[in-house]
Amino acid sequence: MSSNEVTMPRPDAAALLSAGVRAEIDTWVAKYPPEWKRSACMAALRIAQEGNGGWLTTELMDAVAAYLEMPPMDVYEVASFYSMYELKPVGRHKICVCTNISCLINGSERVVEHLEKRLGVGLGETTADGRYTLKEVECLGAVLREPDPRADRRDPGRAGVAPWRTKSASA
Amino acid sequence: MANEVCFRLMHLPEPWRLAAYQSEGGYEALRKVLGGGMPQDQVIEEVKKSGLRGRGGAGFPTGVKWGFINRTAPGPRYLVCNSDEGEPGTCKDRDILRFNPHALIEGMVIAGYAIGAVAGYNYIRGEFWEPYERFEAALAEAREAGFLGKDILGSGLDFDIHTHLGAGAYICGEETALLNSIEGRKGQPRYKPPFPAQFGLYGRPTIINNTESLASVPEIIRRGGDWFREIGVANSGGPKLFSVSGNVARPGNYEVPLGTPFATLLEMAGGVRGGRKLKAVIPGGSSAPVIPGDVMMDLTMDYDAIAKAGSMLGSGAVIVMDDTNCMVRVLDRVSYFYYEESCGQCTPCREGTGWMHRVIHRIETGKGRPEDLDLLDDVAAKIQGRTICALGDAAAMPVASFVRHFRDEFAYHIEHRRCLVGG
Ligand SMILES: Cc1cc2nc3c(=O)[nH]c(=O)nc-3n(C[C@H](O)[C@H](O)[C@H](O)COP(=O)(O)O)c2cc1C
Ligand code: FES
Repeated sequence: MSSNEVTMPRPDAAALLSAGVRAEIDTWVAKYPPEWKRSACMAALRIAQEGNGGWLTTELMDAVAAYLEMPPMDVYEVASFYSMYELKPVGRHKICVCTNISCLINGSERVVEHLEKRLGVGLGETTADGRYTLKEVECLGAVLREPDPRADRRDPGRAGVAPWRTKSASA
Repeated sequence: MANEVCFRLMHLPEPWRLAAYQSEGGYEALRKVLGGGMPQDQVIEEVKKSGLRGRGGAGFPTGVKWGFINRTAPGPRYLVCNSDEGEPGTCKDRDILRFNPHALIEGMVIAGYAIGAVAGYNYIRGEFWEPYERFEAALAEAREAGFLGKDILGSGLDFDIHTHLGAGAYICGEETALLNSIEGRKGQPRYKPPFPAQFGLYGRPTIINNTESLASVPEIIRRGGDWFREIGVANSGGPKLFSVSGNVARPGNYEVPLGTPFATLLEMAGGVRGGRKLKAVIPGGSSAPVIPGDVMMDLTMDYDAIAKAGSMLGSGAVIVMDDTNCMVRVLDRVSYFYYEESCGQCTPCREGTGWMHRVIHRIETGKGRPEDLDLLDDVAAKIQGRTICALGDAAAMPVASFVRHFRDEFAYHIEHRRCLVGG
């Protein structure tokens, strides 16, 4: 057996990706040189994750690997390196709260406390009804924005709570 | 004068639209360049003359960097824009993408022409969904109008721009980590040399610039390098965006000439909130050494003045802290960030950031030891200059500077097991 057979995914694994998902991945593949399909790996993982209720299974990662002709190990590496990929089930909405320096100075701890009480879960946890996951994140480049309740797994930036304006945190 | 370059359209109702951009001279610079008026080297000379220094953090002269590209070597070259904007406290590139995306596009086409690139990639951090959509819409408008794509403005130049979305990793702002990320890998930095200008994206010569650097280029070409340089002061050409956050009444992005007194910038941001006393300022993002408030009040916002005071202008994120802040607590959070974001590739950074965070955290939680401050100095010194990329320095500099300037506060924490601030 050549090492290639050991490390390459089964080609039919890609069948797990729906036609819509594959079409969307193709728009990303088209951006890069033909021999660099793997450049679309990050986009493919995001698209696959969105199509699966917000998280990635090993099968989905294998499917991405097969579709982009990459060794599965390389895809697992990418999926586990970046914080926006979820390798466990998450709620329908992900509420991301920044607790980094500018937010800390403005009372992000009180925002976290408020949300924990309100949702009845701690950081990194999901409500029992599967609606919300509360996540602590690093600076979202959102230090000036009003908090937006439309927490969205696609755009934690939108939920990038700028505590200085939230009711719970106004000193 | 404020809002002269990247924010110059802010008075318009929908400044991100092509029509708005063109109503104020947008794409005139590109016409000037491609209409035969400006050979590649002349574009590079004009950017050198402008005194523009990289706005991503290191402040390297942009025109000089472009000059490193060997245009005669065969094979493709690339231009990459760094819109990863992860430096804590920074949020200026987000607003360029949201409010002036066409300036970035025009700047990228001009830069791409100057270095002879076949394509440009804009790496936007994954959390910036709204800015990404704005930028994509602007790309579509520009293509439609013939400013992008094949045979731009009938000049024979082919150049297109593609967006690459990140997925949450501070380290991807480091230029070689960013290149690996575009190549579909973990965002771990590469050894330098070779520098990207020789061996960059896909192993090809590549120029990487920050969003604000590239978005400044059209005005430099349209109004001249001298015009731009004279807005600033010696060694610091042009205006710069400052993201002012922390304990100020009006946090926000302010575009002001380099050399503007810090006191003026603070006043624009509404002053210290509640009229409290200014305790400390981090002038260039959380990686830059902290400066005590009274020292800061006498400084001007330019590369030399801030460097002379022992810090860096960095990304231009100005983090303002009043006298209610406990410096141990702030540093505890900052050191956690670097520990969390270290890519784990090299030992001094991976282990050192953990050491520093654990020691600071034990001081913060009342378990500090008398020898801890010397230990912190020692660990910070051993990280600096010994890592593959500058994340190690970025982690060490805040620690060393907080401990140096606020040593009493740290010592009080260790001795009394509680905070000096707020009793
Ligand atoms: C840990 C680390 C993070 C960085 N993050 C960013 C970033 O988010 N945006 C950016 O433009 N530059 C960032 N940089 C600087 C880049 O490596 C690079 O110098 C810059 O993009 C070059 O563009 P400029 O010359 O126009 O500033 C970072 C550097 C380091 C070491
Ligand atoms: S520090 Fe919280 S969004 Fe920047």
